[in-house]
Amino acid sequence: MATVTFDKATRIYPGTERPAVDALDLHIEDGEFLVLVGPSGCGKSTSLRMLAGLEDVNAGRILIGDRDVTDVQPKDRDIAMVFQNYALYPHMTVADNMGFALKIAGMPKAEIRTRVEDAAKILDLTEYLDRKPKALSGGQRQRVAMGRAIVRNPQVFLMDEPLSNLDAKLRVQTRSQIASLTRRLGVTTVYVTHDQTEALTMGDRIAVLKDGLLQQVGTPRDMYDTPANVFVAGFIGSPAMNLGTFPVLDGMAQVGSAKIAVPRVVIDGFKPEDKNSVTLGFRPESLDVVAVETPDSLQVEVNIVEELGSDAFVYGSLLDQTGKPSQNISSGAGDAQIIVRVDPRQVPKMGSTIHVRMRPNEEHLFRAGTGERITTV
Amino acid sequence: MAQSLQITAASLDPALLDLPWDVPLEEWPAKVLAALPRGISRHIVRFVKLSGRVIAVKEIGETVAYREYELLRQLGRIGVPSVVPVGVITGRVDREGEPLEACLVTEHLQFSLPYRALFSQSLQADTATRLIDALAVLLVRLHLVGFYWGDVSLSNTLFRRDAETFAAYLVDAETGDLHQHLSPGQRSYDLEIARVNIIGELMDLQAGEFLEESADAIAIGEMLVERYCDLWTALTDVEMFDAHDRWRVAARIDRLNDLGFDVGELDITTDVDGTSLRIQPKVVDAGHHSRRLMRLTGLDVQENQARRLLNDLDTYAADQDRQGEDEEFVAHDWLTTVFEPAVRAVPREFRGKLEPAQVFHELLDHRWYLSEQQRRDVPMTEAVASYVSTILPGRPDERAVLGVDTEALPVLLD
Repeated sequence: MATVTFDKATRIYPGTERPAVDALDLHIEDGEFLVLVGPSGCGKSTSLRMLAGLEDVNAGRILIGDRDVTDVQPKDRDIAMVFQNYALYPHMTVADNMGFALKIAGMPKAEIRTRVEDAAKILDLTEYLDRKPKALSGGQRQRVAMGRAIVRNPQVFLMDEPLSNLDAKLRVQTRSQIASLTRRLGVTTVYVTHDQTEALTMGDRIAVLKDGLLQQVGTPRDMYDTPANVFVAGFIGSPAMNLGTFPVLDGMAQVGSAKIAVPRVVIDGFKPEDKNSVTLGFRPESLDVVAVETPDSLQVEVNIVEELGSDAFVYGSLLDQTGKPSQNISSGAGDAQIIVRVDPRQVPKMGSTIHVRMRPNEEHLFRAGTGERITTV
Repeated sequence: MAQSLQITAASLDPALLDLPWDVPLEEWPAKVLAALPRGISRHIVRFVKLSGRVIAVKEIGETVAYREYELLRQLGRIGVPSVVPVGVITGRVDREGEPLEACLVTEHLQFSLPYRALFSQSLQADTATRLIDALAVLLVRLHLVGFYWGDVSLSNTLFRRDAETFAAYLVDAETGDLHQHLSPGQRSYDLEIARVNIIGELMDLQAGEFLEESADAIAIGEMLVERYCDLWTALTDVEMFDAHDRWRVAARIDRLNDLGFDVGELDITTDVDGTSLRIQPKVVDAGHHSRRLMRLTGLDVQENQARRLLNDLDTYAADQDRQGEDEEFVAHDWLTTVFEPAVRAVPREFRGKLEPAQVFHELLDHRWYLSEQQRRDVPMTEAVASYVSTILPGRPDERAVLGVDTEALPVLLD
């Protein structure tokens, strides 16, 4: 077991100018489950492959524990790429399927058996060890594949979108298995996904990347409650946060038909590039449906209602003073759209207009020029 | 929201539309299947009859399916031996409207053999060695074009007979990535995966008693690394020598040709005072002999088959005393008077056994044995008659070997 450190690690592909990973600084604690997440092309897989030794590091260093592995061959890094190959061999017993790599490495039989038995205990496979894989269920076969990585006692587990080729049912099942198993084993794990839900449910901490740059690293709660910038705010959370940039006049931002007071600290901190505007974010669940005459309420024309049983979401247009849809807002549903969580027992009709109000202190403020979070307290 | 079936294909065979896409692949009726799949697969795969040919259908996630389809197309374009993708089917729903997994469709490679089939046929003891050689060549070719495979194994490869050797084809590109160049780290890791997978597969064959216990699985796996490294060095290494020894440039090219590679680009530099030369092949293309045969005769065959056929062509030119003549004319006459009559002499019912070029290769061997035995030059017509009546009937049909007797084991099934 070990820590993992990316120390200003940079990868520039030949023939490109912009680094695929740009001076990544990231420290992963011993036993931690860290998820690298971001849209495609953000550098998450490249970062993982740099750690695995499958991509050259053009600048900076990578350490596993105290050992600088920047120039160490992949097979000598003491890491395991889990699920890279999870085909099982039909004629070998489950025990042999788990231990054959150790046999190849020349480990004595007795030691292999001990390691396989230990792993089987953790994986609930003890009673199947002498059977053939044919006798196992799909979930058990997956665990055998994990067992292969476990018996090697690697310092770090690496997983690159391991669930992407599973069907939806097995994906959820395997997701929770991986999460609980790696915690039980206490092995440092770096996990890559493009799916923010997967990241939120699995990671001890999440690192969000975009265009090769680390945007923020923190616990799922940190990312959700205090996103460091507009990108993270829009990326983490499902449905996504509503975000819009609004001009500020006399201390008030004009949001649709409502005027929202903007804290003094925001206005005092305005820079020329902000153009006297502020980017305001509010999650769908930070909006309450209120009576028509409520002051500071926003008018939303209901376009679609999505009913999910325990929840319901309104996808609508934010109306301005003249009753026209406002363009300067966006959400996970697209531009000029706003999402509101509503009581599933009282869903509004399509085409109707509802009034909603932001819950106090649940708004997120970002600088209009740079997209950085503004701390108001 | 209702989705409609969507087919992405370069050229669509309308018969594809008639397949039961609204049924999970596992439950497809026997009448559309060419054979049940065998071997180790992490997905459900079925071989399906389609307009007189066979296609392989694999159920797989949509993004992965599109990705693999595109990769296989790219590999085909740059001339790497790989299965030919037919298309991707998405938007499948069953009769209750429940969504079904996307499918990747590939052509079945005619006359290809899965490694398990080769072992269950009790071939010569050096089968494993010849498979390893073929796989090493394939891996070097893939790495030369920047393809990182990620899951090199015997089961992700198909083998075609190539004279006395085999030619390997990439079947599964699911874990692959195409880069501009591969780093040494990527190559060595791919090689390590290959080594471990191959040893695992051979150990499995031993556990199933398809391979003798005495065969050294670990040594065979290590042989791949050795063969790969030798070939890689021969193809890419920098060579330095005295500027007077210019013949060494030609010698290097000859050596690469012998290995079956053409040199597309050779980097030659001299040092400051011009006393030493440094050469390094920059672009090498496999298929030196098969390209030459193709140019001369239009025959599209494997590399070592081509080598064999070209040798026979040379012998023919010598026998006919036509060595000074234009090569194309001699080749044309050889094709119409030697190759074609011999291959045509194979009765129709035996044509599914071997590819024509492989038949010709075996004919040459057979003629050699007969001549040795009878201590005279046995003419081709006699050799053909003897081969067709004594050897060929005993050979298995290899046009569509789709399965052998080991269990299919999709890892992900409940």
